[in-house]
Amino acid sequence: MKILVCISNVPDTTTKVSFTDNNTKFNTAGVQYIINPYDELALTRALELTEKNGGEVTVINVGLVDTEANIRKALAIGANDAIRINANPEDGYFVAEQIAAAVKSEGYDVIFTGRESIDYNSGIVGGLLAEILNLPLINVVSKLEIEGGIVTADRDIDGGKETVKVATPCVISAQKELTEPRIPNMRGIMAARTKPLKVVEPSGSNALSNISAFEMPKPKGDCKYIDAANAGHLIDLLHNEAKVI
Amino acid sequence: MSILVFAEIQDGKVKKSSLEAVSYAKQMNAGTIHAVALGNADNSALAELAKYGANQIHHSAAFTTFDSTTYAAAIAEAANACGAKWVIISNTYTGKSVAPRVAVRLKAAIASGVVSIPEASGSNWVVRKSCFSGKGFANISLNSDVRVLALTPNSFSLTEAAGAGEIVALNPASVENKTTSVEIKRVTGKIPLTEAELVVSGGRGMKGPENWGMIEELAQVLGAATACSKPVSDMHWRTHEEHVGQTGITIKPNLYIATGISGAIQHLAGVSSSKVIVAINKDPEAPFFKIADYGIVGDAFEVLPQLIEAAKKFKSQAN
Ligand SMILES: Cc1cc2nc3c(=O)[nH]c(=O)nc-3n(C[C@H](O)[C@H](O)[C@H](O)COP(=O)(O)OP(=O)(O)OC[C@H]3O[C@@H](n4cnc5c(N)ncnc54)[C@H](O)[C@@H]3O)c2cc1C
Ligand SMILES: Nc1ncnc2c1ncn2[C@@H]1O[C@H](COP(=O)(O)O)[C@@H](O)[C@H]1O
Repeated sequence: MKILVCISNVPDTTTKVSFTDNNTKFNTAGVQYIINPYDELALTRALELTEKNGGEVTVINVGLVDTEANIRKALAIGANDAIRINANPEDGYFVAEQIAAAVKSEGYDVIFTGRESIDYNSGIVGGLLAEILNLPLINVVSKLEIEGGIVTADRDIDGGKETVKVATPCVISAQKELTEPRIPNMRGIMAARTKPLKVVEPSGSNALSNISAFEMPKPKGDCKYIDAANAGHLIDLLHNEAKVI
Repeated sequence: MSILVFAEIQDGKVKKSSLEAVSYAKQMNAGTIHAVALGNADNSALAELAKYGANQIHHSAAFTTFDSTTYAAAIAEAANACGAKWVIISNTYTGKSVAPRVAVRLKAAIASGVVSIPEASGSNWVVRKSCFSGKGFANISLNSDVRVLALTPNSFSLTEAAGAGEIVALNPASVENKTTSVEIKRVTGKIPLTEAELVVSGGRGMKGPENWGMIEELAQVLGAATACSKPVSDMHWRTHEEHVGQTGITIKPNLYIATGISGAIQHLAGVSSSKVIVAINKDPEAPFFKIADYGIVGDAFEVLPQLIEAAKKFKSQAN
């Protein structure tokens, strides 16, 4: 079984967000980058599946050289090899086209993405990739088994879950609960140094969108306190003042 | 010029989030509004779409189970047939699965998590989306002839504005359905969190699952959905469907009541866009108070019964 896991490089979850250059750039000063948490779950599940059924796991990233630290981390967690497409990830469309072009003829049984990147929260690369490669997509998957070329997965739906079956090859996007992330051990970290990390140049394709500006959310007004001994007053305020009930 | 709205059908009804999408399309004021509805629904259910502005409703009952490929093919075909320059989809779980596929089929730029009406900027259109899990917004400039927008549910209000509402049969080219639905498990009789306008949420400060009766009662009286913090679902006090935050669901209700939740940055990431936030916490230094509109410093076990009683009184007077 050949599995591909798409990993994106994102600011750590505790990052204090701010913008520079007249609110046109994300302020990366002091920001720690991590593997997108959903992608890490996808990677771990991919490793569990290949450990059980045999096979290989490749990770792929569209990014400039500074993403290599996290690609090495993915190798340390256990991926067999890695591909970095040497380009700034302009938009989801660009990323999906680059990945599709690089892996089209590689015959992966399963291509994993995360349900969304925690920076831009788009959640589109998996769907774009599936359509470009003409593969079925099971989106936002919290449970997954593969047997005899058939994937059985639980996907989130509004207010619940649906269990679906699909034949490989297919695209799966990972949701939490898929598995527990693994912490790389010393042996993994040592091994990662010599695992293959192939750098390929981007193929011609254009982004269809770009970020023209950022904005911070409006600062909240001061909190209005209600005495705990007279807590019921809150209900009046919610009705008469905030007008939400 | 025209706009195509994907109308999601569940249990024979058009989902509220899709009606929001029609209202949004109406507000865009960019041409005739078409809706494409896939799945079994009778004419009176489909007529809901007309109430908010749909002029033509393209309906096919042939879609019984969900498959992103077959849905996207039908939506794209309808978009081409009516010459749509915009395709509007609500970013529900179904929407998330079809929107990018539709975009590829139409060679359209896509923005998801959209929270504003598009504005022209030269030959491009700019929409605002939330990013960094609610810690910021990005203006996305869309550089294509056709554009797909996936709207954040509960970001746009429903505004009645009757459209012609003509219902026409859609017979999309058949596309192979490659996924099989084995089972659907939906919590019934409850308001789905992503659609709820009011939410009552509990954290580790609630001490244990046996104390959730109060959260549920307050929610029930107010007509709210219930939610929880991550540790609460990790400890299986509540099911994971209720977990909100960075790694859980992102919600944007009109009212979010957080009880015994500290307000860690990862939790706030999922709820900070709520219109009104109430924090109930016995620790006056709890970070939640920094972003709350209303705060009660006190013991949840004393505060909640008072709120339940006041809410009951309010409801009985309102009726
Ligand atoms: C990568 C990552 C992702 C994460 N994702 C999420 C996420 O999606 N969602 C999420 O919620 N968390 C998430 N977390 C966890 C988050 O950092 C916090 O640990 C978590 O939100 C704390 O939950 P809590 O507020 O319920 O519990 P606690 O932090 O234990 O807070 C309990 C609060 O209850 C108050 N309290 C106690 N007793 C009472 C009482 N009797 N009456 C009133 N108040 C009382 C206390 O003062 C305290 O403020 C994530 C963490 C990481 C590292
Ligand atoms: N630059 C990238 N390189 C590789 N994979 C990516 C990249 N950006 C996004 N992805 C994948 O697509 C998923 C969804 O990302 P997004 O659509 O940007 O929210 C992520 O969880 C990754 O699996």
